[in-house]
Amino acid sequence: MPESAARLSGSGLTLAYDQRVVAEDLDVTIPDESFTVIIGPNACGKSTLLRALARMLKPREGVVHLDGSVITSLPSKEVARRLGLLPQTSIVPDGITVADLVARGRYPHQRLMRQWSRADEAAVAGAMRATDVAELAERIVDELSGGQRQRVWLAMALAQETPILLLDEPTTFLDISHQIEVLDLCADLHEAGRTMVAVLHDLNQACRYATHLVVMRGGRIVAEGDPSAIVTPELVERVFDLRCEIIADPQTGTPLVIPEARRRACAPAALVEGS
Amino acid sequence: MRPAKQIEPPTGTARPHDADAAAGVGAGDGGTGRRRTALLTGGLMAAFGVLVLVALASVALGARSVPLSTVIDAFLAPDASSDHTVIRELRVPRTLLGIGVGAALGLAGAVMQSLTRNPLADPGLLGINEGAALGVTVALALLGVSDPAVYVWFAFAGAAVASVLVYALGSAGRSGSAPVRLALAGVAVGMALTAACSALLRIDSRTFDRMRFWLTGSLAGQDAGTLTRLAPFMVAGVVLGLTLARPLNMLALGDDAGRALGVAVGRTRVLAGLAVTLLCGSATAAAGPLWFVGLAVPHAVRALVGGDQRWVLPYTVVVAPALLLAADVVGRLVARPGEVQVGIMCALLGAPVFMLMARRRRLAAL
Amino acid sequence: MTLSSSPGSSSPARPRRAVRLGSWSVRPAPRAPAVCLGLAVTGFVVAVLAISTGEFTVPVPDVLHALFGQGTPVAELIVGKLRAPRVVTGLLVGAAFGVSGAIFQSLTRNPLGSPDFIGFTAGASTGGILAVVSGGTAVHVAGGALAGCVATALLVYGLAFRRGVRGYRLVLVGIGANALLVAVNSYLLTRANINDAATAGAWLTGSLSGRGWDHAIPVGVAVAVLLPVCAYVSRPMRMIEMGDDAARAMGINVEGVRAAAVVAGVLLCGVATAAAGPVVFVALAAPQLARRLARSPGVSMTTAALTGAVLLTAADLAGQRVFAPVQLPVGVLTAAIGGVYLALLLRKDRH
Repeated sequence: MPESAARLSGSGLTLAYDQRVVAEDLDVTIPDESFTVIIGPNACGKSTLLRALARMLKPREGVVHLDGSVITSLPSKEVARRLGLLPQTSIVPDGITVADLVARGRYPHQRLMRQWSRADEAAVAGAMRATDVAELAERIVDELSGGQRQRVWLAMALAQETPILLLDEPTTFLDISHQIEVLDLCADLHEAGRTMVAVLHDLNQACRYATHLVVMRGGRIVAEGDPSAIVTPELVERVFDLRCEIIADPQTGTPLVIPEARRRACAPAALVEGS
Repeated sequence: MRPAKQIEPPTGTARPHDADAAAGVGAGDGGTGRRRTALLTGGLMAAFGVLVLVALASVALGARSVPLSTVIDAFLAPDASSDHTVIRELRVPRTLLGIGVGAALGLAGAVMQSLTRNPLADPGLLGINEGAALGVTVALALLGVSDPAVYVWFAFAGAAVASVLVYALGSAGRSGSAPVRLALAGVAVGMALTAACSALLRIDSRTFDRMRFWLTGSLAGQDAGTLTRLAPFMVAGVVLGLTLARPLNMLALGDDAGRALGVAVGRTRVLAGLAVTLLCGSATAAAGPLWFVGLAVPHAVRALVGGDQRWVLPYTVVVAPALLLAADVVGRLVARPGEVQVGIMCALLGAPVFMLMARRRRLAAL
Repeated sequence: MTLSSSPGSSSPARPRRAVRLGSWSVRPAPRAPAVCLGLAVTGFVVAVLAISTGEFTVPVPDVLHALFGQGTPVAELIVGKLRAPRVVTGLLVGAAFGVSGAIFQSLTRNPLGSPDFIGFTAGASTGGILAVVSGGTAVHVAGGALAGCVATALLVYGLAFRRGVRGYRLVLVGIGANALLVAVNSYLLTRANINDAATAGAWLTGSLSGRGWDHAIPVGVAVAVLLPVCAYVSRPMRMIEMGDDAARAMGINVEGVRAAAVVAGVLLCGVATAAAGPVVFVALAAPQLARRLARSPGVSMTTAALTGAVLLTAADLAGQRVFAPVQLPVGVLTAAIGGVYLALLLRKDRH
């Protein structure tokens, strides 16, 4: 049994692709019913950690626990009924409609002889309503805009009806209004009682939406907790090599990071890395 | 001919960079440009020397091997002995044809890979040679044309149609990476064209007998007449292809970047398509549809000299015929007194390389 | 027994309906049931035509009598020994190729990902030619084809396997294997004596002529065993089409499903090639035609099987009748169909 009572946690995780170790000895607990955001500079291991929590990547050492059991010991379909994942990239099958794609999210609840129960129907309809794609139901997914498509993928993950939902960079490739749209939707889902875990790039968005922030750098967790409590200029400089000032977000009161006007301290380092 | 799709974002700047890294033997900072040029020129000379040696071997070795002294005599003091006749009438034309075909296919592959930014582009793999073969088959079997200078035009038409078809098919789907889609489209179209060839030949069994070996790719059985009739087209294709090195270098950075640097993108594409058609059509008319020469040689050359097309293209023109002739010589030696056609040898040597390449490399990095 | 039918979602335009029976439920693609029925009827009509017409016409009622052993001796010979086994072999081989194609198109996520192009058919040909050259009987040729197909598949799968099999790697390694084996095949043919070369050449085109019950039965057994497997993996395979991570997140054992699918696809392709020779392009065209007919996203096994069966028997019938008295082997016809199909694919995707 893990020490914490939280539903999802990882302890002593060493994560690696082939020979390349990405993160070592990580301990992380996702507080129940939180909106947890994992953040950090590029290649800090944040997506890798999310993939490990979603059992996409087998940790070289350490274990992930779901509801008190080692996640790999649970039947895969059973896990899929409790924990959903929206991967960073998915492939849209040729010629599929929105309704059909969202319906595929019901897979873990279906069996060979029970392919479309009333519960499936209700869940799909509910997921499409929640993501506001119901009126797109008969459209071909390929023909949608990027923002609409991301909402459809989100609807598919929702239709899975899992109490825990993991999202790998759900706002990448979206313009700012679509980013806010997707994050607002995640916040709604969180308020409806789900545990949300997302990897995000934008520090200010993370501060605004997260109830629990996990800050990573170089494969280690540098800080975690309530954004208002942990986000300080020192932390930002330590993690992102960025001098900044932090003010209260005029809309929400959460921390708002204002980069220093000229980055004298970091410019040479950035040049060396880029060459 | 249009590229299937831009397969990599304009990170093509990495190529010249690689070039320096790969060829920068003892590269310091100042004056490396000239040293590099000297080094590469020397390398080209060495490759040419190898080609000459392989060509001599191709003249001397075969079902009945002759000593080198006899070969030299056959040129300097020809007499009517059977050895000298074999050399003059059969071996020399065959060797020259092999040089022409190898240079044409290698260069065609290099131009195609550069133009489409697709590492899997190969005249055989992408079905272009099969298109040319179908053109030749139509001319020979249906229309009774037997003059190489006439049926080569059918080969050009076939090659052009096949390349347009393959690119249209390869760029049609959305999912998956562009190089793989293009390769599959090429194999599919090539297979359909080959089936059409076999169906045509089924009608006319006399042509079938004559073309059976040609269809698997062979340098045997072509006389000096074929060589002289086809050589002008090969030379034109090679010259045209070589002049495209600079604009192709610019297009490696992406169409938009190329245009911004002042390259006439449309004209370059048309000329490159023309060069590929000339090269593939004439090579196939001479030796049948061959695979992998155009794939393997540019890859090997790029690993040696880097990504600068001004070096890649000339090197390919020299190295590819050496490889093709070597394959032909080996094919003649392993099955004496018969021979294994050079097309089969190319596939036997090239396919394993291709499979290992597919296994090793990540396609994004190709 | 209550059979309830309800609209799939809130949208009124939605044509896809669920069929429920107690706790059991299925939800076929909009037109799938009608298309399946139509294909089955077409297949039946083609089969009856193929059995009853020809040089010696057997009226349809006599066909049935003959099948149940109550016809005239001549009719029984023609129907029971000559035509019926040929038609049944055609139906089964077509179905096997159709399903095999559906599997590989799904695995490679590419409508051109057919066993014809990734070496399996070429490998089966190599096995068949080797059997012919070494003086084997028809049984040996069939066995050689199956062995060649399986061996090629093992080679391709093994070479493409690096922490799982990616679709694109399978395609590329397969294309390499295809080129290699085609070269080996032409080498074998040029080295063979003229009689063996002719025999092998005829077999290589793919033909149903002279096929008896001993050809039909092995394919029938393979189809009967493997189709349920395919039906079982077809749902997870549809999920894998959306990417390995997406499928894993849904609780699917991706590599396990993929391995099972490859095994089933290779065996179907091998058994079908053993029975009829390497008939090209059926595996390519059938699944996609089925998909267009049923307007389903992705390929479905049942419609692919039916389409393959109809396609192959119809092509065989056309090959026997259209140019009569010249009999064209079915492989020539299917190659033509393949060409037309590629052209259609081109036109359709140009929109």
